[in-house]
Amino acid sequence: MMIYSLLIMLLVGIFVGILGSILGIGGGMIITPILTIGFGLDIKYAIGASIIAVIATSSGSTIAYLKDNILNLRVAMFLEIATTTGAIAGALLTGLFNPVFLYVLFGLLLFYSGFNMIKKLKKQKDEISDKDDKLAEKLKLNSSYYDKNSNQTINYKIQNVPGGASMMFGAGLASGLLGIGSGSFKVIAMDSIMKMPLKPSSSTSNLMMGVTASASATIYFFNGSILPEVAIPMALGIIFGSAIGARLMQKMTPRLIRIIFIPIIIYLGLQMILKGFGVNLLS
Amino acid sequence: MTNNEKKATSQEMEQIETTIGKILRYGVIISSIVMIIGLIMYVIMGSTGYTESFHYNSISELINGIINFKPYAIMMLGLLLLILTPVLRVVVSIYSFYKEKDYLYVYITVFVLIILIISFIIGIEH
Repeated sequence: MMIYSLLIMLLVGIFVGILGSILGIGGGMIITPILTIGFGLDIKYAIGASIIAVIATSSGSTIAYLKDNILNLRVAMFLEIATTTGAIAGALLTGLFNPVFLYVLFGLLLFYSGFNMIKKLKKQKDEISDKDDKLAEKLKLNSSYYDKNSNQTINYKIQNVPGGASMMFGAGLASGLLGIGSGSFKVIAMDSIMKMPLKPSSSTSNLMMGVTASASATIYFFNGSILPEVAIPMALGIIFGSAIGARLMQKMTPRLIRIIFIPIIIYLGLQMILKGFGVNLLS
Repeated sequence: MTNNEKKATSQEMEQIETTIGKILRYGVIISSIVMIIGLIMYVIMGSTGYTESFHYNSISELINGIINFKPYAIMMLGLLLLILTPVLRVVVSIYSFYKEKDYLYVYITVFVLIILIISFIIGIEH
């Protein structure tokens, strides 16, 4: 029985690692229902395992993304200011905000972004922004990456830095206040608001979410939320899976990545709104 | 930005990215090894070494468990190393940006590290 459940966790980890590394999200939405419904574990342990999963996905995939020069380190560092201050503000402000309002607000935001992305899908190719932005230039955020799908170097310019930073602050606030995964918000901030191409957006989100998660992980580490016999086989699977995912993603078309991403954020949005009204969807 | 400056910036970034990549790889490999050792101990001994709902409240309890070679302690140590890897990455970034004389990003990254440390303290105090 013990070996059996360890193997299941390992396999779940591999799947979560592949998906999470491709999309730049943590995988809590997959892990939580498997642990609570599938294994009958308390939600507290599912949250603990999810935090570990985010860090494992982040570190595992970032090794490949750094080597292949696809993520944007400066964008990550700059935006981390916004996510980490947001997360602390969230942790300190718990209780001051009405959670129903927040769940609905963030849920609607995900819906809106989902439909925005569908609009983008209608255009056959992702448009690359080449408009000059003063702040982006000052912060040296513009960059390029080599696309292994189209076999060409893609130069891109970043737009609307304050807008992206505000969204990131919101993402941090959401994770601090509600304990929800903020990977999807990070991808949206970079891809939809700052006009960064999807692949650098997803890989940069991967890098960032590890830092955000490790900031809150110590709370869970010392309050008994982490069951190592659950979290470890999962983390090992994720490290393996995210190494595969980080290689797969580079060969995929941005369009395909978007097609996988859209139903996930719409589902997350729905889950969040329902949760605001006390209905738990698969968790 | 002139073309030369652009080239210098991208070479500088490559240097920094290689260094951070190495740190991440070491962090992931070392934490994986410790986690695997802990997991093997857990499987062989058939228990975590404690009663079911036991957990550590502080670092000193964890160290005590490691000295007593409890499977639970070794597993938790592996997880702690995994948790600390992204923080180590931020620390190394500060050094790398400093070495490349990119002071703006030294400040930005130091700021991120300070916020991280504050949240770690909040986490331990909670």
